Amino acid sequence: MIGINEVIETNEMIRHMNLDVRTITMGISLLDCVGKDLSDTCDKIYKKITESAKDLVETGEEISKTYGIPIVNKRISVTPIALVGGSVCESEDDFVKIAQTLDEAAIACKVNFIGGYSAIVSKSMTKADELLIRSIPKALSVTGRVCSSVNAGSTKTGINMDAVRLIGEMIKETAYLTRENDSCGCSKFVVFCNAPDDNPFMAGAFHGVSEADRVINVGVSGPGVVKSALEAVRGESFEVLCETIKKTAFKITRVGQLVAKEASERLGVPFGIIDLSLAPTPAVGDSVGEILEEIGLEFAGAPGTTAALALLNDQVKKGGVMASSYVGGLSGAFIPVSEDQRMIDAVAAGALSLEKLEAMTCVCSVGLDMIAIPGDTKATTIAGIIADEMALGMVNQKTTAVRVIPVYGKGVGEQAEFGGLLGYAPIMPVNSFSCDAFVQRAGRIPAPIHSFKN
Amino acid sequence: MKKTIITVVGKDRVGIIAKVCVYLSQNNINILDIAQTIVDGYFNMMMVVDTAGASKNHDMIADELSDIGKELGVQILAQQEDIFNMMHRV
Repeated sequence: MIGINEVIETNEMIRHMNLDVRTITMGISLLDCVGKDLSDTCDKIYKKITESAKDLVETGEEISKTYGIPIVNKRISVTPIALVGGSVCESEDDFVKIAQTLDEAAIACKVNFIGGYSAIVSKSMTKADELLIRSIPKALSVTGRVCSSVNAGSTKTGINMDAVRLIGEMIKETAYLTRENDSCGCSKFVVFCNAPDDNPFMAGAFHGVSEADRVINVGVSGPGVVKSALEAVRGESFEVLCETIKKTAFKITRVGQLVAKEASERLGVPFGIIDLSLAPTPAVGDSVGEILEEIGLEFAGAPGTTAALALLNDQVKKGGVMASSYVGGLSGAFIPVSEDQRMIDAVAAGALSLEKLEAMTCVCSVGLDMIAIPGDTKATTIAGIIADEMALGMVNQKTTAVRVIPVYGKGVGEQAEFGGLLGYAPIMPVNSFSCDAFVQRAGRIPAPIHSFKN
Repeated sequence: MKKTIITVVGKDRVGIIAKVCVYLSQNNINILDIAQTIVDGYFNMMMVVDTAGASKNHDMIADELSDIGKELGVQILAQQEDIFNMMHRV
């Protein structure tokens, strides 16, 4: 039988170390919702989502009570809308109409975000893909809960630079259209290389075409628990450090597995995957930056950061993989700047630069995440930043992503406020040398060779 | 049989166990095991109980125990034991 010390340990994690299940995300296929025209399609989409996810939030809350573990978010991901709307949308505004339908469905289901306003264009774009991408600024400015993503590259296809260039412009336009709220529309958009089909985390969640009709994916978290565990092994060897992270990741993930199975059973929807991610929040004691400090760095960004993060990411996976039958999604440590208080502090102290963050993304999931940059950053420069990050993912066969916010009307030294889980961020300087001629070349970067690994 | 773990954490005082036991008895909840310890000066008690014969469901029991905790100035949680088994048993 379970002992009192084990019970105390679990409850201490929940009470004082911010252990929670970050999200239960229901993936819903909308491939059967294509109707005879736009309005018929929207009706079918609304009906399918609201019927499939009507009990999602309530069930999440019930499970939370049964086990005494907070389940922070309940969310929905849907089939990339470029696929669903392709035959009925003839203009950008037609796609925006679908975005509004998704928003209404999210409100009706009481979920805080719905992901999947997406296009998969890793090689080239169809007309529908391009229309959807061009509609993103408007879609994100007229809706509150819709999240959007584009997969613009992969290891197998190379990088679609036409899409990357266009996305640079769309990010700028989204920033302008949502300028009243510090360009927060950009915080709901992410561009990927090697995007997974089963990611439960926003803003990049979508329900891939390889998935079942409906599925439950769960994202676990717990940076605070890892940090507290590491406090007990200060000064110990790497072996002890790694063992401690691994054991802690195992425990955290087991809770996610329990919640996922339970949610799947109660909702009658198959279980998909657990995403083993250390996802920070702006709360004190819920920070990946703090773990890096506990490993031995003065601030995230100091020399040694990439190695420390590589170690952390690997141990989280090693511990987590054994705790769940199916692991997927993004699985790794997240390093979103605005959502992590110690990362914000590291930027403010001058320890962490955009270039160091880029290096860190080579060894962890997911990429340049929630980074505020000056509002006057050129679209081509943003496209250059995206292309760099895509190249890291393409060559290293991993998922990478970019979610940057060029905060309209603000510059370095100022701060952007996004509110809630999205937090706030100091505006980081961007290398201002031009990459215009590079970005303006048409076409795509070919897929890399998979031999001669050097 | 799914067991429920009831935990009480807070400053020690007279009558905590008594009050919880009265509630459990009134609701036909059988106590299988009790353990207690002091951690960092705080009273920690754990009860393993069987709610199979209880007239109320888990949510209701959890809410009412939490209210009793508030009266006593301690925190009382009722959680199904699976969460502890999953975390601490391979």
